[in-house]
Amino acid sequence: MNVYLPIAEISVNVFLLLGMGAGVGMLSGIFGVGGGFLMTPLLIFLGIPAPVAVGTEANQIVASSVSGALAHFRRGNVDLKMGFVLLIGGIIGSTAGVALFKWLKGAGQIDVVIRMSYVVFLGTIGGLMLIESFRSIRRSRVPGGPRRKLHEHHWFHGLPFKIRFRRSKLYISALLPLSVGALVGVLAAIMGVGGGFIMVPAMIYVLGMPTSVVVGTSLFQIVFVTANVTFLQAYQNHAVDILLAFFLIVGGVIGAQLGTRVGAKLPGEKLRFLLAAMVIAVCVKLGVDLVATPEDLYSLATGGGH
Amino acid sequence: MRVRRVAATTVVFLLLAVPASAQPLVADLSDHLVKITLGFEGSDLLLFGAVEGKGEVVVVVYGPVETVTVRRKERTAGLIWMNRDEVTFVNVPAFYQVMSTRELGDWLPDSLRERHQIGTEHLDLPLHPALAGISRVEAERFREALIRRKKSLGHYARSVGTVSMLSARLFRTEVVFPTNVPTGTYTVEVFLVDDAQVISAQTTPLYVSKIGVLAEIFRFATVNAALYGLVAILIAVLAGLGANAIFRKG
Repeated sequence: MNVYLPIAEISVNVFLLLGMGAGVGMLSGIFGVGGGFLMTPLLIFLGIPAPVAVGTEANQIVASSVSGALAHFRRGNVDLKMGFVLLIGGIIGSTAGVALFKWLKGAGQIDVVIRMSYVVFLGTIGGLMLIESFRSIRRSRVPGGPRRKLHEHHWFHGLPFKIRFRRSKLYISALLPLSVGALVGVLAAIMGVGGGFIMVPAMIYVLGMPTSVVVGTSLFQIVFVTANVTFLQAYQNHAVDILLAFFLIVGGVIGAQLGTRVGAKLPGEKLRFLLAAMVIAVCVKLGVDLVATPEDLYSLATGGGH
Repeated sequence: MRVRRVAATTVVFLLLAVPASAQPLVADLSDHLVKITLGFEGSDLLLFGAVEGKGEVVVVVYGPVETVTVRRKERTAGLIWMNRDEVTFVNVPAFYQVMSTRELGDWLPDSLRERHQIGTEHLDLPLHPALAGISRVEAERFREALIRRKKSLGHYARSVGTVSMLSARLFRTEVVFPTNVPTGTYTVEVFLVDDAQVISAQTTPLYVSKIGVLAEIFRFATVNAALYGLVAILIAVLAGLGANAIFRKG
């Protein structure tokens, strides 16, 4: 059964959309990640125009992260002060990101930038995760990150505008969470992701937040940043397809419930290893597409340019 | 099938209604509106008509015009394929098909094909005015690429379709619209060609349009974009919280 999507302007099988939503939802239930990094490339492979894939996926992430954010908030796992500082950065970053997206689209470079961002970020994160899960599987746990982190630690301390974050037991420059938030905001706008996969490590290794508040605070930021991306992509680029979002949300909700149950039965290290392998697989696929000689060197875009 | 039967009946009526001394060419479509609904999976329209006297029938389906930028990828930094050069064409028909009772040949001289834009090689695709200085070889390469990409999208027919003669006077053909058909106002031109001349021609308009819920959503998203964005967020929030509530109870 096919459905014609009003904004994407293509006809897609309903069960395929529900299945994709459920599949990615299940993975996010198992691994506790948002799944945007998988869904946006899948939508693009399916033939949904890149802006619609990004805008609509942002809309879906609002749905998939809102209940988690609320649950963490109720349990007091959100550092609100940190969340707000991150959010200010996130709103600035995502607003700039949507504008950048529009400019890149006009210049004909949006597809290559999306793919390159995925390759760089997924490659880095996937690689680090893979190394770490190998280490923890071999039970030779080496605490802390690589040496580079120590070096960065030095100039962090020199930054002005220090603020005390009681909940996180930190006294650090507000510029740090602001820039982390801004970077994640830009990524959310350009890659159609929540950005948890970059924000969670950044909160732990760069900001030094305690793990108990990391997930809740990052979900808090993700809900509002993806809502901002949804709004701006709808308002400026007409790139949010409510119908597409609806099918993805329905599939995602069901999948996430199944995933949580499956995830609870799998051991943590293996889970992380699997997730790392998947992140690397998406990265490799996108990387190969960038480097391999295209079937047709020419492509069409309607309107604009000359 | 039902459409065809209705159309066939119409053809008979049409034939009866046309006196022998009437115009040499009469043609019509089984429908003048292609409705894109939620379940749209492409559509076939029947084009039928009658001719008086001898000649070949040529049909040109011409979609709404748009500005199209053609971009060419180049290997950049020795590694990545990036869009580099681009050429913009104006007044490009978004959709284009040609059908004929006879394979195009000498009976249809180039001058006629050019005048009536019969065949992709005779399409008038003007360059954007800002590109007047571009070399002809380069312009031709981009033009060919435009037509090739449009064909692979299914917007331009890969070859000339067939108009079949049902009798000495009656003809019919099918216009096939794929699921990704561009919306807008189309024209369907029917020519009766004899002795290397167009004896008679008829132009029929055709509309391809989103209908119903689909049209409502599209209008909402484009006319009231800000409100649409807020509604999208609201739906997502409610769906997320609602689902959570349901599953916690169950």
